[in-house]
Amino acid sequence: MARAYFPVLMLLGFVVMNALLIIGGSALTIRRRPTPVKQQAYESGVPALGDARERFSVRFYLVAILFIIFDIETVFMIPWAVYFKQLSCFVPLVNDVCPVGNISFFGLGEMLVFMLILLVGFVYVWKKGALQWD
Amino acid sequence: MQFDLSMPAQLTSALGPDLLLMGGAMILLLWSGWRRESDEHQRSVGVLSMVLCVLTMVAVGYYAYRGYTATNGVIAVDNFRWAADEIFLIATLGTIAMSLDYNRREGITPGESHVLLLLSTSGMMILAAARDLIIVFLGIELMSIAIYVLVGLNRRRERSAEGAIKYFLLGAFSTAFLLYGIALVYGATGATNFVAIRSNIISYSLEHSGLLLVGIALLLVGFGFKVAAAPFHMWAPDVYEGAPTPITAYMAAAVKAASFAVLFRLWLEAFPTLISTWHEAVWWLAALTMIVGNLVALAQRNIKRLLAYSSIAHAGYILVALVVGTNLGSSAFMFYLFAYTVATLGAFAVIVALGRAGEDNMGVEEYAGLWSVRPGLAVAMAVFMLALLGFPIFGGIGFFAKWYILEAALKAPFPQTRLAVILVVMSVVSAGYYLYVVMVMFMKPRSSTAILPERAGGWTRAVVWASAAIILIFGLFPDALVSLTQRSTPAVSKEVAQRSR
Repeated sequence: MARAYFPVLMLLGFVVMNALLIIGGSALTIRRRPTPVKQQAYESGVPALGDARERFSVRFYLVAILFIIFDIETVFMIPWAVYFKQLSCFVPLVNDVCPVGNISFFGLGEMLVFMLILLVGFVYVWKKGALQWD
Repeated sequence: MQFDLSMPAQLTSALGPDLLLMGGAMILLLWSGWRRESDEHQRSVGVLSMVLCVLTMVAVGYYAYRGYTATNGVIAVDNFRWAADEIFLIATLGTIAMSLDYNRREGITPGESHVLLLLSTSGMMILAAARDLIIVFLGIELMSIAIYVLVGLNRRRERSAEGAIKYFLLGAFSTAFLLYGIALVYGATGATNFVAIRSNIISYSLEHSGLLLVGIALLLVGFGFKVAAAPFHMWAPDVYEGAPTPITAYMAAAVKAASFAVLFRLWLEAFPTLISTWHEAVWWLAALTMIVGNLVALAQRNIKRLLAYSSIAHAGYILVALVVGTNLGSSAFMFYLFAYTVATLGAFAVIVALGRAGEDNMGVEEYAGLWSVRPGLAVAMAVFMLALLGFPIFGGIGFFAKWYILEAALKAPFPQTRLAVILVVMSVVSAGYYLYVVMVMFMKPRSSTAILPERAGGWTRAVVWASAAIILIFGLFPDALVSLTQRSTPAVSKEVAQRSR
């Protein structure tokens, strides 16, 4: 039983070795010539403005939460889509095809109900003004 | 009629009352967001929520009356579920009624507070129905997430925010224990269905499987947090004190009831063959909870904290019924739950009725001489205290509730004599704080500086009088309630009992 996990252990060892190699290698071969510009935080080429430790408007968090909630919806659709063929068939699939005359709308109906619940949430959020910036 | 739960359509019908409550709650959510926040709108949402609660109660009653059953599946269709549902809905109804007045006084305008209560209740109904560990988890989350928000409803008040964050962090922590327990039980037995877990334990003789025992222990810890059993009770007093008073009543009554309902079903349906294993752990949990809850309550001078410790103590009494592990214990539990829920709701309704805006007058001493200024409320509060104490006649059904737990403990296959002794001794100790409240109200003079709160709103008074009437009337005629609760046991445990006979 413990043998089954050996590849995982190997991967773990490889990852640790790799990290040590990259950091250690660059630490050994580096030439340190710091200038104030090099010391700045990397902002994709734009000069850095002020400190990152400042207060953000709470609206950012609201948008982030709403994004996560409506993002999860797509995640739930993936298992549904994978299993959709079986969900729309009254009997087990034969050669991955539903026998004639056994098509059901159960799978579609379930997803419609799920979407309806999300729609209620969306309308509520909209009506409450959470999607407006000010 | 028997529902075939493998058919989606029949599964949906078996969930009828739950779906009615959820669908209605969603419509009310939209309605509460449709208009601008105002006190009138909050009240209209609240009244509609109460109507929905009553409709759901009727639906539950209809399902119980028709005597539906179901094949083994993810949910159970039995009287245990319907009885628990009715208790949750009674608690919700009382809480919403109190909230209507409380929200007006405290200036809480969002009507969503009532809708969140409904959503939380639908989670409880799922818990009462659950016969699958996944459904248990779903119900626990649905119930808890709404409660986290409700505890912090008064978010501008420091205490409320503190209670909310404490409850959220500890709730999430305890859910992790529960989930780990579920994972281990599934790992050991290969099933999440309660009945399948039981039969797998028997057929693969897993009685001494370490994985399973650790899983059961973790489940017990998770539920211990939810029902606030010592030593997992530390969060309860702070959260109960910080939460808005109607929400405190709801947590003390309904949340505890739901967690116990699912704990009973899980223990009686999935692990009855392991009774010799978990018996010791639950025994100590019950004894410790009774002792800690009652002794610490003696030192409390804040009425909400006092009732918080009293609710911990009551969790201990209910755990005694779980230790018994038979149908007698299960029906004693249901009777106790009803009595305790009504008495707790009533006591908190009196607190709401006597509170001032901001709730800074929560000391028991503030009730000194209440008899001389608000005799009705003083008498009602005395009834609730005596009911929680388990006093005969004046305490109504509270007395019978304790009586049946004791009877179940002594009639069990393994008589729980020592637990029964602890229960009786601790009830005597609890007189120290319940009667103290009564003594303060009736025998201490009203101080000249005490401010008399305004006359409470009609809904709160209705809750007070309805609770007092239920306690006293059923206290005189408990037969109907007893026969109802005797029929309200988990369906599968009945089969087990019959087979072993």
